[in-house]
Amino acid sequence: MAKVRGAVKVDIEKCKGCSLCVVACPTKVLALAREVNGKGYNYAYMANPEACIGCANCGLVCPDSVIEVYKIKVEADA
Amino acid sequence: MAEVKDIIKEGNLVYKKSKVLTDKIMHYCPGCSHGVVHKILAEVIEELNIQEDTIGVSPVGCSVLAYNYLHIDWQQAAHGRAPAVATAVARLLPNKRVFAYQGDGDLASIGTAEIIHACNRGENIVVIFINNGIYGMTGGQMAPTTLEGMPTSTSPYGRDIAMTGHPLKITELIAQLPAVNFVTRQAVHTPAAVRKCKKALQKAFENIGEKKGTQFIEVVSTCNSGWKLSPVKSNEWMVENMFPVYPMGDIKG
Repeated sequence: MAKVRGAVKVDIEKCKGCSLCVVACPTKVLALAREVNGKGYNYAYMANPEACIGCANCGLVCPDSVIEVYKIKVEADA
Repeated sequence: MAEVKDIIKEGNLVYKKSKVLTDKIMHYCPGCSHGVVHKILAEVIEELNIQEDTIGVSPVGCSVLAYNYLHIDWQQAAHGRAPAVATAVARLLPNKRVFAYQGDGDLASIGTAEIIHACNRGENIVVIFINNGIYGMTGGQMAPTTLEGMPTSTSPYGRDIAMTGHPLKITELIAQLPAVNFVTRQAVHTPAAVRKCKKALQKAFENIGEKKGTQFIEVVSTCNSGWKLSPVKSNEWMVENMFPVYPMGDIKG
């Protein structure tokens, strides 16, 4: 059975660390980093990348449009 | 298991920033609803392929600088006068799709006359009304839409109905006008709400393309700086307190 895997790319320097994507993620992939970006914000990153299903909910709620979402289909045993 | 670097490839892209948005970093506070509305507006303009034909009218308020963020033609209006300016633009350039983008202090307070009369004439424009119950830009003062008992910088003990009146439900008022074609109230706090709001915007822009008259979209929003809450807590507060007073859904059309 094919399984869906996703990944997100966050534009770290534009992220304002509002954490709306963190609560919008249904599989709890995203979290705010301990490190800060150039403006002093704790940016969002994939803390749990294996769980991402590429649903793009994080991208939809991001007020600063800093999230790109990628998705592939993989075989379950691959 | 596929590696993250193998997934992040051009061919696998499913969601990215709209081309109608510029690369400027928005001046809005972290978590501001304006950013989400700008984004879905850009997506609707891109999907309907009307970038060249859309003219926005920005208000006074935080979104006064909206012209920096969307690659379309813009006009900036005096406080509350966006519907009047949009009327002029829409009448002079009837083939363009014109929208006014206003906040609640702009639309429901100083601009009440303009919006009521523009809607009463049934001007062929889209009005996007961002309602966060506060004057966000100037420091969180009480607006006509502020909820009863809601503390603001000019009503620190909460809004007193006896002194300042009830929260103004201007969307319901406008829905009663016969010339208005489509009136809806949306929010952008969850992915599902964002999708629904985008659908409403798309319908409104299609309707003005068919010259159906005024389209009015209220977006119940947050102002986390003005409300003194985190962005996530603001959304929770909005669902708990704003939604009972400003219920979601289509009111007309």
